[in-house]
Amino acid sequence: MTRYAAPGQPDALMAYEQRYDHWIGGEYVPPQRGQYFENPTPVTGQVFTEVARGTAEDVERALDAAHGAAPAWGRTSPAERANILNRIADRMEQNLERLAVAETWENGKPIREALAADIPLAIDHFRYFAGAIRAQEGSLSEIDENTVAYHFHEPLGVVAQIIPWNFPLLMAAWKLAPALAAGNAVVIKPAEQTPASIHYWMSLVADLIPPGVVNIVNGFGVEAGKPLASSPRVAKVAFTGETTTGRLIMQYASENIKPVTLELGGKSPNIFFDDVSSADDEFYEKALEGFTMFALNQGEVCTCPSRALIQQGHYQSFLEAAVARTEKIVQGHPLDTTTMVGAQASNDQLEKILSYLDIGRQEGAKVLTGGQRADLGGELSGGYYVQPTIFEGSNDMRVFQEEIFGPVVSVTSFTDFDDAIKIANDTLYGLGAGVWTRDVNKAYRAGRAIQAGRVWTNCYHAYPAHAAFGGYKQSGIGRETHKMMLDHYQQTKNLLVSYSPRKLGLF
Amino acid sequence: MPEVSRVDLTPAAADLIRRLRAAHGPLMFHQSGGCCDGSAPMCYPEGEFRTGSSDVLLASLTVEGVDEPVTFWMSASQFERWRHTHLTVDVVPGRGSGFSLEAPEGVRFLIRSRLLTDAERAALDG
Repeated sequence: MTRYAAPGQPDALMAYEQRYDHWIGGEYVPPQRGQYFENPTPVTGQVFTEVARGTAEDVERALDAAHGAAPAWGRTSPAERANILNRIADRMEQNLERLAVAETWENGKPIREALAADIPLAIDHFRYFAGAIRAQEGSLSEIDENTVAYHFHEPLGVVAQIIPWNFPLLMAAWKLAPALAAGNAVVIKPAEQTPASIHYWMSLVADLIPPGVVNIVNGFGVEAGKPLASSPRVAKVAFTGETTTGRLIMQYASENIKPVTLELGGKSPNIFFDDVSSADDEFYEKALEGFTMFALNQGEVCTCPSRALIQQGHYQSFLEAAVARTEKIVQGHPLDTTTMVGAQASNDQLEKILSYLDIGRQEGAKVLTGGQRADLGGELSGGYYVQPTIFEGSNDMRVFQEEIFGPVVSVTSFTDFDDAIKIANDTLYGLGAGVWTRDVNKAYRAGRAIQAGRVWTNCYHAYPAHAAFGGYKQSGIGRETHKMMLDHYQQTKNLLVSYSPRKLGLF
Repeated sequence: MPEVSRVDLTPAAADLIRRLRAAHGPLMFHQSGGCCDGSAPMCYPEGEFRTGSSDVLLASLTVEGVDEPVTFWMSASQFERWRHTHLTVDVVPGRGSGFSLEAPEGVRFLIRSRLLTDAERAALDG
């Protein structure tokens, strides 16, 4: 076991500053109203830095800087922008462990995830969009022998991005990489639960980015997020969060006739057909791991496989093995490399999860394992830890219908293929799903029948760039992590050109 | 027989509403679903969030010291999956909550739930 030292300790890989202002126009700018808010680490509950409490004035200043930078940035060649994105990726790679420690301290996630997933994926997203923008081409349509329609990609200009707290750096990378590749300047607002790690990231890459191209305004949603999302000075709003705020952002955007992309969560089914248990082999082990993925990142993933649907033929045996696998999860200090499940990101998140454990029991769901807050002792007693929990119940219960955003899975059985699809689709959401079977024909039909944007087939929780990610139904609008996201950050300019000297003869 | 309701407030929530009312004017709630800050009651100035035919008004809450009722809304599709439960709006220490008004106060509204009794369901659903 390796325990990374906490940020700021003598042998730590990195340290946070005592205070972070807004990053505007390539420099730190204090908040106009002079207010700051404290930022605790969920690992211990202790405050480790304070962060500018932004307001509309600060947002305006950031928009000024972005508008100042956008025209020149939009005129840079794709090669130049790609080079910058690649340099950002290289710099992150050189500092991978430092970024991972920063992210774990900020969010509470186990360091092994930050080291193996969050930071490497963020790096790869910058590289992917560096490549995508180099390879992007406009199109032309030959209308007739003398008339040609040319289609050019143009940047939108200045875009607003509101980032969630579950993967602070990775979600920022998902949004920044395509926006910058497409030639936009950005005003980004990190979540108020995790406002600091992006500043540590910026401290590593600031010299690579022209001033004003990326501006970071911190603060609360109502004070900083709202003026940003409702500003007529942004050409597009990208948001990851939940349905009510998503609707509100669409309402603001409608006032300005601006596009939005939204990622609003889900209640993803993970379906295990009988044939999974037809052999006790490597694949069976993989499927059990796939079940246990509900606990990845403490369940704080929009695509958390939070409903497990197990076919009746192997229901008992598979579930018993799944409970045993879940009970082997190592919960501990997030900076230990052996820790599999760390801390929930905030106290209110902890409280919300506990409220769902309560209503789950009241509705008659049976707790097969876990079901309580975890006290890990010592300095971790002040942190926000929940035992990985398995509920057994039916799909009409609220723990089957609502995103708990904790390490909680609700399990039920199904009879046959049609029953599985019916239960899987009986949800308001459609972001992710998992299908586990040895029968490729069944896997294909299930994947096509499930109303969700991403169906992991015999795998789960992989997030490679180059595979589109986004929701059906109430899970949102748009597709990230794929070159098609470039379209969400670009205008189409059509030049319709006549190469004929002859008049039409109408006038 | 006491009045049957779908939504109640804890004293702490009522107290916070009084403070927010003084600072922001008349208030409303819209219950969120989904990711991150979701599954939480979002508190806005009344009318800030435009409700429509896809929403259900669950309650108009009376709060002592607040002149007008505080409305509590939910999308109709979500309500279909919640209607068998009674909701109590509470407050916990917390950090963020979308664009909800209470977040800068260092607290956050939270829903606590219980099952409606058969008698309550009969009274509410008719």
